[in-house]
Amino acid sequence: MKIPSNILTLIAGIALTLICLWYGQNHGLMPIAASAEARTVDELFNFMMTIATGLFLLIEGVLIISIFKFRRRKGDLTDGPPIEGNIPLEIVWTAIPAVIVFILAIYSFEVYNKMGGLDPMASHDMGTQMAHHHHNDNLVALDLEGQEMALGLGASPGNKDEESLVVDVNGLQYAWLFTYPDTGVVSGELHVPVNRQVTLNISAADVIHAFWVPQLRLKQDAVPGREAQLTFVPDRVGEYPIICAELCGAYHGAMKTTLFIETEAEYNQWVQNNTFAQESFLDEAVANYHVP
Amino acid sequence: MSTATETKENPVSQNGHGSSHKQRKWQDYFTFSTDHKVIGIQYLVTSFFFYFIGGFLAEIVRTELATPDPDLVQPEMYNQMFTMHGTIMLFLWIIPAGAAFANYLIPLMIGAEDMAFPRLNAVAFWMIPVGGVLLISSFFVGAPQAGWTSYPPLSLMSGKWGEEIWIMSLLILGTSSILGALNFGITILTMRIPEMDLNSMPLFCWSMLATSALVLIGTPVLAAALILLSFDLIAGTSFFNPVGGGDPIIYQHMFWFYSHPAVYIMVMPFFGVISEVIPVHARKPIFGYRAIAYSSLAIAFLGLIVWAHHMFTSGTPGWLRMFFMATTMLIAVPTGIKIFSWCATIWGGKIELNSAMLFGIGFISSFLIGGLSGVMVAAVPFDIHVHDTYFIVAHFHYVLFGGSVFALFAGLYHWFGKMTGRMLNETWGRIHFALTFIGFNMTFLPMHQLGLLGMNRRIALYDPQFQSLNQVCTIGSYILAVSTLPLVINVLWSLIKGKKAGRNPWRALTLEWQTTSPPAIENFESEPVLWAGPYEYGIDSENEDEEDVEDMLTEVSAQS
Ligand code: HEM
Ligand SMILES: [Cu+2]
Ligand SMILES: [Cu+2]
Repeated sequence: MKIPSNILTLIAGIALTLICLWYGQNHGLMPIAASAEARTVDELFNFMMTIATGLFLLIEGVLIISIFKFRRRKGDLTDGPPIEGNIPLEIVWTAIPAVIVFILAIYSFEVYNKMGGLDPMASHDMGTQMAHHHHNDNLVALDLEGQEMALGLGASPGNKDEESLVVDVNGLQYAWLFTYPDTGVVSGELHVPVNRQVTLNISAADVIHAFWVPQLRLKQDAVPGREAQLTFVPDRVGEYPIICAELCGAYHGAMKTTLFIETEAEYNQWVQNNTFAQESFLDEAVANYHVP
Repeated sequence: MSTATETKENPVSQNGHGSSHKQRKWQDYFTFSTDHKVIGIQYLVTSFFFYFIGGFLAEIVRTELATPDPDLVQPEMYNQMFTMHGTIMLFLWIIPAGAAFANYLIPLMIGAEDMAFPRLNAVAFWMIPVGGVLLISSFFVGAPQAGWTSYPPLSLMSGKWGEEIWIMSLLILGTSSILGALNFGITILTMRIPEMDLNSMPLFCWSMLATSALVLIGTPVLAAALILLSFDLIAGTSFFNPVGGGDPIIYQHMFWFYSHPAVYIMVMPFFGVISEVIPVHARKPIFGYRAIAYSSLAIAFLGLIVWAHHMFTSGTPGWLRMFFMATTMLIAVPTGIKIFSWCATIWGGKIELNSAMLFGIGFISSFLIGGLSGVMVAAVPFDIHVHDTYFIVAHFHYVLFGGSVFALFAGLYHWFGKMTGRMLNETWGRIHFALTFIGFNMTFLPMHQLGLLGMNRRIALYDPQFQSLNQVCTIGSYILAVSTLPLVINVLWSLIKGKKAGRNPWRALTLEWQTTSPPAIENFESEPVLWAGPYEYGIDSENEDEEDVEDMLTEVSAQS
């Protein structure tokens, strides 16, 4: 039985669609997501994977079929058909990528906005002097000092009025230093309570570093002489790596620490232990100073 | 390398190699020759020399990465290795190799005797070995170790002299590139035979036109950035050094203003090569000549306004991130046009699946992956996750290796006969292709996953959970190393024993095939005749009396 070729094409088309829809959701390439924002990034990635898989199969398919179907026979010295183009077809394959990237750009824009990348209120306030560390200043496009742009990601539009736990992050060769202005805790690890908005003020002491938590899908360079921000709401208890993602010298690969997303109780306990430890450490230092 | 001026050029070197016209002697290739064909081959051989060095460094990098600990080389040494690997591969391998094809082919394709400025051309070439040897010599004082991007302040703090040598050698290589581009552009615009208008020149010339424009616009900005960096390094100024109030982000803008266009400088000549190779071996006209030609110009233009996509996580405010995301995504359109057009050229043809065509099709299939991951990293929210990870390492090797290098090999198998008079061996060519294709995908495909899962780039020690994937990559890189053996054997063997090429072994239509192989010293014994467009295949099948292209060509060249 010979199946007509347009039916074959139809079947191939359906199979291709199913494969890329399935693979787009089930590639399993991303690590665990520890925030709602991270999951929106994953949805964006899945969408891109779906389209990419479709295009990949289509074009590799064309190449493979060509290799088998359109081979020159031995001794055949004639040429193929003198087709020099096909305007409608060319318009179609200009339009399809154009539409795809248009949709993708809008979608990415949406996701970026959801992550707090653009805050219309903040940009509206451009030019006015804003107080340093105003609690919900998600000044994405504004400098904290009011002269330069601040960098990074602010609060998601829905969380704007929420109070952030502020942590100052300082990158230096080859360690991260976390300072909690509210409690005075200084630590080499980052501890945050789950489901509470966190704002990191990121800076660098010597060279450029980059603060990256793969499970939050967040990364921001720490540039000496500049301040940058990342705001996020962690929602999954666990221990995650904090990685320096910008080459910063010989031991760049070793510049790593851990993000602890903890329950409220665990977090408070940790703060207490550390405040305590630091106070007694300070007392001791002061005491020693006064001894002689 | 640099036995520069031991023999003076001897343009009328008469010797009978059993041929009617003057031939180059092997010594000519070591001199300051102004013949574009000699220069082209000088470029090609020199770039291959550096390819082997760059490849050797890559094997050290991969061997180090076989285990999570830094055990083969010290971390500091590791940074030198990948910095030199990247710099050599870009500035001494792929850019000079593009210039090699441009030098060799442009005058032949447009029916000229030589380039517009032959002496300048020779100067441009000889700067390459000078810059290259200088760069390699940095190993004696401690090679640069701030990556090929050399961001301050790190580049100002890690080994002064290695860094300074890196800057000097890049300035030399950049100048060479500017001189070359001037020559290519002016030659293409002014020296075509009268019958050839812009829209009937081979697509390789179009792509070199776009490339040259990018070189001329971009490279001076790189030079400026490097000179300022050099002041900071040597004279202690603070253009980019935050300690004295400088701004390291300005360097990044200047660097990428050149270096994004530079990726097109590295790949567009090879788009041109593919547009030549594929129609010939598919025996079909190129599909959509104008679309391919003008899309090169579109890519060049857009390539100038996307640079900050390399800086999404650095000093780029939100609204600028969105702007550069949009322009970057737009590049997918002209790039897509090219890929679809190449596929449509192959579709329905009569494919001769020889080594050149294998590498050509291998190019499309690998470059496709680099293009798809390229659109992904244009999306800011996703790029924030994968920036500076192995996902990026995978992406740019799919573009530079899967793209440029595969096409370069396609071009080598395609034009070797023209350049040397002898054909490369097909069996060895196929072995070379198979090993390269397998090794390449095995080395770089798993890197996508590594990056997504959390492995950052430029590290000698990594999390043990990534070891198994890394070992796959390392084995792949060894296959790649082995893949160069059949190539080397093939080239050496074919130079001596290869099948004679004749004028036109592929029955191709562009002008370079109308002259002898290798071409006479001033290319054509008589004015070449433009009797067909560059891709008018299929006309003979309409001819009843089976006169094949070769006969027509020999007839044409015998007429005068
Ligand atoms: C021979 C096969 C090759 C292998 C096995 C290889 C492997 C690698 C690896 C593993 C890295 C990452 C190093 C790190 O981040 O720690 C790297 C970086 C790089 N490679 Fe390759 N590569 C090869 C060929 C090429 C080619 C042909 C090109 C260009 C035409 C190229 C250009 C680069 C560049 C620009 C970098 C970035 C260097 C940097 O981070 O400063 N490579 N290569
Ligand atoms: Cu680092
Ligand atoms: Cu770029």
